[in-house]
Amino acid sequence: MSKSVIFGNRWLPYLLLLPQLLVLLVFFFWPAAQALIQSFMISDAFGNTSTFVWFQNFTRLFKSQEYWDSIRVTIVFSVLTGGLALSLGLLFAIFADRVIRGTAFYKTLLIWPYAVAPATAGALWLFLLNPTMGVLAYLMNKQLGIHWDPTLNRADGMALVVLASAWKQISYNFVFFLAGMQSIPRSIIEAAAIDGARPVKRLFTIVLPLLSPTTFFLLVMNSVYAFFDTFGIIDTTTDGGPGGATSILVYKVYRDGFVGLDLGSSSAQSVILMGFVIALTFVQFRYVERMVHYKS
Amino acid sequence: MIERTPILDLVTHVFLVLCIALVLLPVYLAFVAATLPVAAVNSAPMPYLPGDQLFTNLAAAWAREDLGRQLFNSMVMASGIAFGKIVISILSAFAITYFNFPFRKTAFALIFASLMLPVEVRIVPTYEVTANALTPFIWLIETLTGGMIDIKLRWNLLNTYEGLILPLIASATATFLFRQFFMTIPDELAEAAKIDSATPMRFFFDILLPLSRTNIAALAVIMFIFGWNQYLWPLLVTTQEDMNTIVIGLNRMMPSMDAIPEWNVVMAGALIALTPPVLVIVVLQRWFLKGLVDSEK
Repeated sequence: MSKSVIFGNRWLPYLLLLPQLLVLLVFFFWPAAQALIQSFMISDAFGNTSTFVWFQNFTRLFKSQEYWDSIRVTIVFSVLTGGLALSLGLLFAIFADRVIRGTAFYKTLLIWPYAVAPATAGALWLFLLNPTMGVLAYLMNKQLGIHWDPTLNRADGMALVVLASAWKQISYNFVFFLAGMQSIPRSIIEAAAIDGARPVKRLFTIVLPLLSPTTFFLLVMNSVYAFFDTFGIIDTTTDGGPGGATSILVYKVYRDGFVGLDLGSSSAQSVILMGFVIALTFVQFRYVERMVHYKS
Repeated sequence: MIERTPILDLVTHVFLVLCIALVLLPVYLAFVAATLPVAAVNSAPMPYLPGDQLFTNLAAAWAREDLGRQLFNSMVMASGIAFGKIVISILSAFAITYFNFPFRKTAFALIFASLMLPVEVRIVPTYEVTANALTPFIWLIETLTGGMIDIKLRWNLLNTYEGLILPLIASATATFLFRQFFMTIPDELAEAAKIDSATPMRFFFDILLPLSRTNIAALAVIMFIFGWNQYLWPLLVTTQEDMNTIVIGLNRMMPSMDAIPEWNVVMAGALIALTPPVLVIVVLQRWFLKGLVDSEK
């Protein structure tokens, strides 16, 4: 893990590590421990006294319909956002990979949404899709006869946050798919071409199978994105509404903790989410590393 | 290209132009809205071609939420996070790679564990500790002394730049990246430095740091964007308007239900908020792509 040539110094390495470890201690491990402790406590409304209640916060959570709804909303939201962003990112990359001249031009114009803050992306899409004068809402109403209203209709609210979230994530997936495709050795593609495989055939029999490590990695990253980074989009567009239709788990932790001031429940939710992240990290390091088929 | 496929090539270009149009659409319409007077933007359908009110709307947005101040705050926060992350992770990576000391693996594991604790899952307690960053130390001292010493020290980070920056600068990914890069540097360099009796820090500043320039540049771009786009954390720790970042400021501009929605001004504000990070990515594209791909390895 370390070099064979090393410096001998007793104190220096600790000194070098100190800044990072201090930040980790104060802002990571201490709060995580506090969340763990608070998830077993119930505080009164003024926060003066708290009682140890074992797993009561967790059982209360798992008995509440609202929490199960939030879990369902999170899964639907992640699958739709990830599915849309991954398939469009892949499609863009397949075509961009075919271009010989002008790749840089297309690439530049396709990657910039990555730079737009989720909350700002939310503002843009709310403008396009708000029911009173949004351009897309107007067109849907006029051309397709759809009475679009994300403030009242649950499915419309979900569609709004999915579109905004997927739009922002396409460029990320595009960059990784394209990098993956360009690292596939030309000789393999050429060999297939000599054997008579046309571009579409090559795509399905060579390119896509060889992209599976990239795809798997992106599946993990897109889940993380949908679970955690979309908070800004939800907070600017729907506030978790209508009627909790877009209240994903992270949004609920925030609402229960800061608006509802129900610290016990909010901490219990945090602990469950931490468990989820630990599992994802494990999956990523355990399997992503193993699934690499090729070297550039 | 492997075989000649003129029709497919044409389809490819047409399709890519369509993709770009699709991706550009929201920003194009925001731009159009930002150039229209309020009556035009609220008519259905809104005109699809730009008007002549761009500078009026930009000025209105600028004045309404003190955007100059908020742009400055965003700039400080994003640069602070980029700088802080790079400094603390390159130092940690140097310690872990070039020294052998007790608890080295523990330190590595602790840094790794931070990957599993994104700010979103520890919102409330992180906010509490930010209100007094000395809490863990006070608890430690009080426990060690059996509660005999009652400490009243406070270090409140709410509504400060430190509060916006410090909790976000620990970085396992950047530490791994630097460590991986250091492992590829030939041992002979360190050997030679030792023979020339250079101190470890001298080796760090004169050899390691110059060699790491490309990695630092790539990471800086990614981390700057990461910092600029933060939403949840500034929302929690800044309650004063003059400490808000522009991403938060834009959210505060969003029209409420009961007033006439001034979408033209809001979209002008959105353009101001998204221009700096987009410019960074477009201008520094090479570094951005390298940073994005490297930092996820």
